Amino acid sequence: MRPFKYSNAADPAAAITAISVNADAKFLGGGTNLLDLMKEDVMHPSELVNITRLKYADIEKTSNGILIGGTATNAFTANHERVRKQYPLLTMAILAGASAQIRNMATNAGNLNQRTRCSYFYDVNMPCNKRTPGSGCGALKGLNRNHAIFGWSEKCVAVYPSDMAVALAALDAVVHVEAGNQEKRTIAFADFHRLPGSTPQIDNNLKHGELITSIELPENDFAAHSYYLKVRERSSYAFALVSVAAAMSLDGSRIRDIRIALGGVAHKPWRATAAEKLLVGKEATMANFKVAAAAELKNARPLEHNKYKVKMAGDAIVRALSNAMNGVGYGMNAGLEAGV
Amino acid sequence: MEDQPKFPDLTDAERRALEELLPDEMSEIITSGIKRRHFLKLITYTGTGLLATHLLGIEQLMARSTAVAPLPPTVIENGVNVSFQVNGSAQQLLVDSRMTLLDALRERMDLTGSKKGCDHGQCGACTVIVDGRRVLSCLTLAATCEDKEVTTIEGLADGDKLHPMQAAFIKHDGFQCGYCTPGQICSAVALMSEAKNGEASYVTSNVREAGRPMELSEEEIRERMSGNICRCGAYPNIVDAIREVHGDKAVAQVWQFADGTI
Ligand code: FES
Ligand code: FES
Repeated sequence: MRPFKYSNAADPAAAITAISVNADAKFLGGGTNLLDLMKEDVMHPSELVNITRLKYADIEKTSNGILIGGTATNAFTANHERVRKQYPLLTMAILAGASAQIRNMATNAGNLNQRTRCSYFYDVNMPCNKRTPGSGCGALKGLNRNHAIFGWSEKCVAVYPSDMAVALAALDAVVHVEAGNQEKRTIAFADFHRLPGSTPQIDNNLKHGELITSIELPENDFAAHSYYLKVRERSSYAFALVSVAAAMSLDGSRIRDIRIALGGVAHKPWRATAAEKLLVGKEATMANFKVAAAAELKNARPLEHNKYKVKMAGDAIVRALSNAMNGVGYGMNAGLEAGV
Repeated sequence: MEDQPKFPDLTDAERRALEELLPDEMSEIITSGIKRRHFLKLITYTGTGLLATHLLGIEQLMARSTAVAPLPPTVIENGVNVSFQVNGSAQQLLVDSRMTLLDALRERMDLTGSKKGCDHGQCGACTVIVDGRRVLSCLTLAATCEDKEVTTIEGLADGDKLHPMQAAFIKHDGFQCGYCTPGQICSAVALMSEAKNGEASYVTSNVREAGRPMELSEEEIRERMSGNICRCGAYPNIVDAIREVHGDKAVAQVWQFADGTI
């Protein structure tokens, strides 16, 4: 690891100032991804500012939802009573990610800022436009079975690795950020992460020196019908090949409102708007779920080695929707119990 | 025999440190002469050699308690002074900002129970408990531990009395080579309080039912322990050990010695 300056931020303003004056400085949250990338020499900030002691670790109720602190840990968030009761989709998605140890360390803001796990990005001997702009994308014509089927460009076919973010995309979260001079702004979750386009080195629309103070979740009536399905190569502690966050509200058997987002398929959490549009106001039936999934996957552009993801994503959407509809409970057992 | 000059380059401080560090018969070697190069090698073997010795006062380097006043952080590049509790005793260290908690434990405090399996957050061998929660010490900077309470495998037993989880791992043969074991046990100990707090996992049947102590099925234990990899594949026995401690009742031991005794 290369040398870096370390400091503990006394307050948010000090943290933001320290980062703002040094283009190579980074906020340090749980460090579970950043330190790993520093050991691999993929990232080499000259300065780290520890923000885990700032007062952004709570979960508060607001007039129309909740505010989740940026420095609250993933474990704390997933197990907060209000989150479990009212946003079980978020709890499930967080608990589907990483391991208990990592969830105890990782912060919510850090989760949104984690980098892709594309192996070309991680290997400094390989070309990668995200790590070294202009060096080319090794995965485009290389080993790309874990890569994107939506929204990629010739410059980058990497996928975004977070599970938590997939649930946040489905739940229409809003990211609250603070910059110097106490300037505050909000970013709709759909606009937070970016597609790669011609600048894949930029993962999201946060500016240097902006600090994620909290993530807002608007109220919804999806709690009874939510499900996060994660498909991976071992049953735990692995990144998603494909994941689906599904949530709906029902009037009898009719779908009043619905949210579907996919993970593991694009450079950002992929909101399945085509499928959602087809399902609002329709009967919640397996037949309708299949039509919607097919409509969403019609626009998929698989690469040489990841054509399997198209079928996998379609099947995963149908299964996640049927589990959400049945409200059979949560966890891996739910799908098995429902026989889907 | 090589010509061994008597104490060629050893400073007084180095000699004192060596005498303190080594068993008596070893320090006798000194009287028959030792090369500086050899001394530095010994220092490396004892696990303190990762630091540039010329940058630090030798007493500070060897310090294992708080007795020594902290050096100003400028003595090493990007040095950070950090005070924290490890297994109940106060520690005060001057560390390079890059030093992980794992390296600080192993190389500076001689607590080599915590293991470095991957150094990348993929195996769990380095799991320790910080402020009551299990974390990966290989991805924790020592500098961030200011004021924290760290418990490692060395801090679990009460004197000669093993922690129930340690005893259960022995009873159920929850290891083969033992490399992953300190991490497994720390992880399992913290898991017990997570279950008591009613924390959910991905396989919990209804996460909306919050706040009750959890009874962990085998599937729950496996999911919750998935951050600890065991290359020897001792998983079934690890699960048995945890079930016994969690359920507070004896789980049958599945192995026996070749002569049929247990
Ligand atoms: S050594 Fe820390 S997870 Fe492997
Ligand atoms: S006992 Fe050998 S790695 Fe687990």
